[in-house]
Amino acid sequence: MSAKSAKMRTTYREAIRAAIREALLRDERVFLMGEDVGRYGGCFAVSKGLLAEFGSERIRDTPLSESAFVGAGIGAALGGMRPIVEIMTVNFSLLALDQILNNAATILHMSGGLFNIPLVIRMTTGGGRQLGAQHSHSLEGWYAHIPGIKVLTPATLEDARGMLWTALEDPDPVLIFEHGSLYNMEGEIGGDAGAVEISQAALRRPGSGVSLITYGGTLGKTLQAAEVLEADGISAEVIDLRTLRPLDTRTIIDSVTKTHRAVIIDEGWRSGSISAEITARIVENAFYELDAPVARVCSAEVPMPYAKHLEEAALPQVTAIVAAARQVMGRHG
Amino acid sequence: MPSLGADMEAGTLVEWRIRPGDGVKRGDIVALVETEKGVIEVEIFASGIVDSILASPGEKVPVGTVLATIRVEGEPAEAAAPSEKKPPEVPKPAAPAPEAPAWIAPIREARTARPLASPVARRRAEESGLDLSSVTGTGEGGIITLADVEGAPSRIEEKAKRSLATADQLTAMRRAIAAAMTRSKREIPHYYLATPIGMSRAVAWLREVNLGRPVTNRLLYSVLILRAVALALRDFPEMNGFWLDGAFKPGSGIHVGIAISLRQGGLVAPAIHDVDKKDLEELMRSILDLVNRARTGMLRSSELSDATITVSNLGEQGVETIFGIIYPPQVALVAFGALTEQPWAENGMVGARSVIMAGLSADHRASDGHRGGRFLSAIDRLLQEPEKL
Repeated sequence: MSAKSAKMRTTYREAIRAAIREALLRDERVFLMGEDVGRYGGCFAVSKGLLAEFGSERIRDTPLSESAFVGAGIGAALGGMRPIVEIMTVNFSLLALDQILNNAATILHMSGGLFNIPLVIRMTTGGGRQLGAQHSHSLEGWYAHIPGIKVLTPATLEDARGMLWTALEDPDPVLIFEHGSLYNMEGEIGGDAGAVEISQAALRRPGSGVSLITYGGTLGKTLQAAEVLEADGISAEVIDLRTLRPLDTRTIIDSVTKTHRAVIIDEGWRSGSISAEITARIVENAFYELDAPVARVCSAEVPMPYAKHLEEAALPQVTAIVAAARQVMGRHG
Repeated sequence: MPSLGADMEAGTLVEWRIRPGDGVKRGDIVALVETEKGVIEVEIFASGIVDSILASPGEKVPVGTVLATIRVEGEPAEAAAPSEKKPPEVPKPAAPAPEAPAWIAPIREARTARPLASPVARRRAEESGLDLSSVTGTGEGGIITLADVEGAPSRIEEKAKRSLATADQLTAMRRAIAAAMTRSKREIPHYYLATPIGMSRAVAWLREVNLGRPVTNRLLYSVLILRAVALALRDFPEMNGFWLDGAFKPGSGIHVGIAISLRQGGLVAPAIHDVDKKDLEELMRSILDLVNRARTGMLRSSELSDATITVSNLGEQGVETIFGIIYPPQVALVAFGALTEQPWAENGMVGARSVIMAGLSADHRASDGHRGGRFLSAIDRLLQEPEKL
């Protein structure tokens, strides 16, 4: 077995760092820019060590102004660069929403196709780490509403390692949402792991009784729920959406056509969420395949609490996923 | 249990269409009864209010058994005569049916409500021709799920049961036909006459009439024949009625039984009532309706019991002359063969004409050959003036 294909232990954080490093090595137009990405090594230590290796031209600390440095990233992309912009959390990305929606997502259209924006924006999303309401929300579903951008949600080590390069190759803006609870996730990855395609959802666990549809930070909980359900005699299929925009409707519909039941697990708030969009697509495309109403497990519609027990109560948990699946299976008690 | 045919001995009550307290009027369909001829709608003979129901669905009861009682308007609920002094406890005749007791209400609701089924269960049920109301739902809140439709033994077993039932029914029908025909040949001294009837005028007239009609509204020559037989019967009452208890009993009207062969085999001859009083249009509609209902097994009781004569038409099979067996206790059967082109001599000339052979089988106890011959001639004459039919 060659050293390259041998499995190696890594973490989600290290996989992203490896992806950034590979991009920096492969393409001199690539650079990383964001708050504390350089000297501090990144708020979540993703870019630790990169400044020393690549220098301050390519690993650039920015002022605390999301609007300014996302705007600068758009300008750099227009100027022929391949910027990776890091935003600390999705809550702060709202300061740059004007740049993302009104410029990044729109300029190709406004310029009659003359100017595309090959920009990648990475940001942390999600709760569960007691960071309070201003650092813990899951707003990727909002971004999935916007035409002109792609929204990626890597949930596995392979996707953390492989989605960045594919995103950088895209001629248009791509947003990558890294769930904060995943950075320490540890596991094995092929030594030759590299770019992955980003257009399809993945079947993470095949099953026949119910489709559990999720992405990002709730994939792990959903897989755990599937284990519990299996012990209970319910065969659950787990779909990892991977990309929220464009949504891989085909895979969702194929799965629901097989199982006739769906539970959507989404850390976002329920109202007007990506889970609502998925529900609509199931009803639009597979109504006559449904054997039970579509069920959703989402976050409580409150600002994310700081207190540990309240935060846990507000987020989708394994027990709630199991309960929802049992309900659509017509199991009681 | 009404007799829905000469040889019916018993019937199975399938469904009630009424409940105690309902108001009914003569001719209303009150129940479905299954016989060897299929499921028959039973009409009621009198108007009134349903008093009590004495037989339950699924019960097989002999002909003549009381299935339910009705009280006619003004009659008290109990048979006891009201005393003069005591204000009689007569229910207001025109009062609406009494409100169902509380315990009945949910049942009625459950009966009329659309069965709750998941979309895929509904689709699958439709694909497999399964009636959802026969499926018990095991899903959340009693919803019918895919598993209930698919796994349910109902589909396969019901199908097997159904085909078994059809087979049983066929044998039963065969036995009923055998009994009736044997009785006929044993008891009825048949005589047979046949005469060719020129149909050129009738066919030409029909062609002209049909020119102005949409395809779905066209008249068939069989309607002319039926009408001609009915009109001729006005002058030959001894052909129209029954031989009962050693005497001829004329029919109360001209109700012509039409022999209809069923796709699954077997034969029924339900009646079209008062054929002589219906115009061609009405008759055409009646024939189509009757054939349809006979083939789906939804005939009414009166149609199966009251025919006063039978007309059979085997022309489609290319048969030229038919002498049928009289359906007891009727006394005559007129059978028509195929409409064919034949050389025809008239006024010393031979030409090609449309001809149909009319065959009469009649009960010699009720009529003689001389009258029979004149009856056929009368039919012939009527068919020569189709515009007057």
